[in-house]
Amino acid sequence: MTQPLIFEISRSGRFAEAQAPLSSLDELLDGSDIPSALRRSEKTVLPEVSELQVVRHYTQLSQKNFSIDTHFYPLGSCTMKYNPRACNSLAMLPGFLNRHPLGPETHGQGFLSTMFELQEMLKSVTGMQGVSLTPMAGAQGELTGVAMIRAYHRARGDLARDEILVPDAAHGTNPATATMCGCKVVELPTDDQGDVDIAALKAAVGPNTAGIMLTNPSTLGVFERRIDEIAEIVHGAGGLLYYDGANLNAILGKCRPGDMGFDVIHMNLHKTFSTPHGGGGPGSGAVGVGERLLPYMPIPVVGKENDHYRWLTEDDMPESIGRLSGFMGNAGVLLRAYIYMRMLGDEGMKRVGEFATLNANYLMAKLRDAGFELAFPERRASHEFIITLKQSAREHHVTAMDIAKALLDEGFHAPTTYFPLLVPECLLIEPTETETKEMLDAFVAAMIRLADTTVNNAAAIHAAPVTMPVRRLDDVKAARQLDIAWRGGD
Amino acid sequence: MPFIPHTDAEIDEMLGAIGADTIDDLFDEIPPALRIDALPGVPAPINEMAVTRLMSDRAAMDAGALSFLGAGAYEHHIPAAVWQITTRGEYYSAYTPYQAEASQGTLQVIYEYQSMIASLTGMEVSNASLYDGASAVAEAALMAVRANRKSKSRRIVFVGGVNRTYQKVAEAIAGTQGLLFDELPFSTATGLADIDALKQQSEAPVAVVISQPNFFGCIEDVDALTDAAHAVGALVIAVVNPTALALLKPPGDWGEKGADIVCGEGQPLGVPLSSGGPYFGFMTTRQSLVRQLPGRIVGRTDDVDGKPGFTLTLQAREQHIRRSKATSNICTNQGLMVTAATIYLSLLGEQGLARVAAASHANTRQLISAAAALPGVKAAFNTPKFHEAVLTLDRPVAPVLAAMAESGVLGGLDLSSDYPELGQSMLVCATETKTAEDIERYVTTLSEALASNATLRDVS
Repeated sequence: MTQPLIFEISRSGRFAEAQAPLSSLDELLDGSDIPSALRRSEKTVLPEVSELQVVRHYTQLSQKNFSIDTHFYPLGSCTMKYNPRACNSLAMLPGFLNRHPLGPETHGQGFLSTMFELQEMLKSVTGMQGVSLTPMAGAQGELTGVAMIRAYHRARGDLARDEILVPDAAHGTNPATATMCGCKVVELPTDDQGDVDIAALKAAVGPNTAGIMLTNPSTLGVFERRIDEIAEIVHGAGGLLYYDGANLNAILGKCRPGDMGFDVIHMNLHKTFSTPHGGGGPGSGAVGVGERLLPYMPIPVVGKENDHYRWLTEDDMPESIGRLSGFMGNAGVLLRAYIYMRMLGDEGMKRVGEFATLNANYLMAKLRDAGFELAFPERRASHEFIITLKQSAREHHVTAMDIAKALLDEGFHAPTTYFPLLVPECLLIEPTETETKEMLDAFVAAMIRLADTTVNNAAAIHAAPVTMPVRRLDDVKAARQLDIAWRGGD
Repeated sequence: MPFIPHTDAEIDEMLGAIGADTIDDLFDEIPPALRIDALPGVPAPINEMAVTRLMSDRAAMDAGALSFLGAGAYEHHIPAAVWQITTRGEYYSAYTPYQAEASQGTLQVIYEYQSMIASLTGMEVSNASLYDGASAVAEAALMAVRANRKSKSRRIVFVGGVNRTYQKVAEAIAGTQGLLFDELPFSTATGLADIDALKQQSEAPVAVVISQPNFFGCIEDVDALTDAAHAVGALVIAVVNPTALALLKPPGDWGEKGADIVCGEGQPLGVPLSSGGPYFGFMTTRQSLVRQLPGRIVGRTDDVDGKPGFTLTLQAREQHIRRSKATSNICTNQGLMVTAATIYLSLLGEQGLARVAAASHANTRQLISAAAALPGVKAAFNTPKFHEAVLTLDRPVAPVLAAMAESGVLGGLDLSSDYPELGQSMLVCATETKTAEDIERYVTTLSEALASNATLRDVS
């Protein structure tokens, strides 16, 4: 059933009055000196509804979502692991929630000490020399990383270095970020085993190379085996190495980007460290740096002096690339990551990488045994892997998108589809370490059912989904007859 | 094992299916020299009970002060329903709504949000939100350069009195793309932007940033500023407080033609202070500029049966399609914060939001007149203000604020070093959360702090 918009259940004169100041508007504005020419005269669309109506409306809407709490969500490259409830409830303790960002350090030692310890733990798990927590999402962490690389070359008078090398399998944010930093993007091909093409890399580096952006394990779900060689080639040409932390979950506690030769890394705390995805944010893209980039980290950073914690700002770090947010980034997200890390501890951190990898390799083996085609059959899975449905698309006109929609009817969120772009009709599948073997087996059983239906009754797959609140949506109409804001009862 | 469900028997069975002897074998493609066995620097695990004790102790260290701080983040009452619903797992633990059919909840919430924020700002269209207010200004600057094709300039001008942090953030984010940022003067007499400085530019900028209210809480003559900016061919970027818009003229109506891009900090709409984040940035614009908007946008459409539904739209602007030619590298919106804001705005409605704005405005007026009655304290500008104002003291501000903090009152933000032209000054804010007793306590505490710092008085 279609649920009305909140505006459509509004009735003039209704008001959830318990939520507002008790005095009337006229009383409150008595003596106000705001000139009438600068006052608002027009109505808004804000609804007039009761508290119960609001609670029911948004509770019912929530029930139209798939989420980790309700469904297996094997969305590749997104690390949809369980978000422990304690992380949420403790980050929302009043002392944290009500602390003003510009409050004095004397009234913030609880928060600041926590952030300092988080910086230290992240240094340890990544093998970097310094950490700044301020970037507010992965893409902002990327921007920070490339901006620091740029600042490093400029400080050395090395002004010609404006090319960023990006493998063709990379996430779209990598090239978009390089452009945002005023750099040119040089795309690198991938070999048939999923590794960066070393010969092409050698040909691409030179006096204009600012750096390379790499994800390892890559977005193809395999570990970049010749990472040492890549680091040598790029460093040898005078460039720096940037690590996209999208897939850090795969190697947590097993190996570290700092040891691989990376100069700068961003971490997606909303993936590896289990802070919520929230329907598309907030994320957190903390960055770690090696020795060379320490002076350029974004501010503020938390420092410690004689058991007193304080913000390090412009005065302490004059070469910093600057500020990326109004205050200090997504503090509440950082608190959740800290709580998660403390509950895992050193032992738990290692288990994350181990069991994420075990689950992925098990799921890959079971799907391979069931007849699905792997993109890289000779390789180990990292924490994720790719299957390609190109045969099913060719023979039965059932595409990766069709299977994704049919999986929704089976009660599973779809894996990532059509990414990375270089594997045709692909599903990128990431189960994460928090799923049971039973759940993985149930997913395999569903995939087998869908493979049978593909052969016997492809029309049923093309019709999917049929059990969701809506069936397939008209994206063309959405873009051509743009309706992105309700404007009243027309 | 915390959060990992595997039994020993299952591990064996799974390894058998893979054809591996141990879990360690699964990492055999990683060069041995890179493998590690320990993570010095990460403490041993603690359980939920112990971490609850630890975090409760730390939170308690920071709790209890009566705060009169504002400067871009504002304490408002947040109805209980807002975060109880927002932290339902179906919102909290969902991803970006790529599979629209399984994400209609999040998508409809965002559509309702876009409708509300577009209406509040008096604009036609909105995106699904950005990271925060400061980074939204940076994205607005980049968008203005894309949108103002007639201008050859890459210079963005901030009129005097816009929050300077916003300019710093815009420089850090957009400066690498060759954008230049300039700040014009403000009047130290009125606290308002100097409109003559805007009119007398030697070279016309691509866009002008105007804030309402400005950083000092003063209400600008936005009509005149907007017209002056448009007169030189610049686009107008309005930076507004969303609560204030319940009382103040929306940017869509500023001047003859209205603002072109509107953005700001969404935190006042139901998002807790939480040491600075997560908040959300909002951005709205004219229909004609919709394809220049950065970030996610949700649209209403039909499914194959003609039933209405919601989906992400205009994705051809975005990084996952356009890669290096995208409007921005931005990937996330602040979905959870937008959910909270939508519920907040629904609960308060137009009348409730107007009362919050008016009560904050009234409390600040009361605070300023009571504080300025103390010897040695003056209100800096005799200009209409929304819910913040600058006080000047006849002695250094820092020790006075430190003494107030010792008494449990956070008395304001010291502006003396950032704005030396204002003398010994501080920015104070009293929202609807402050009672008459709170304001009385402020004045008493300030008076005591002044007395304890009397020897520092500037007699000149």
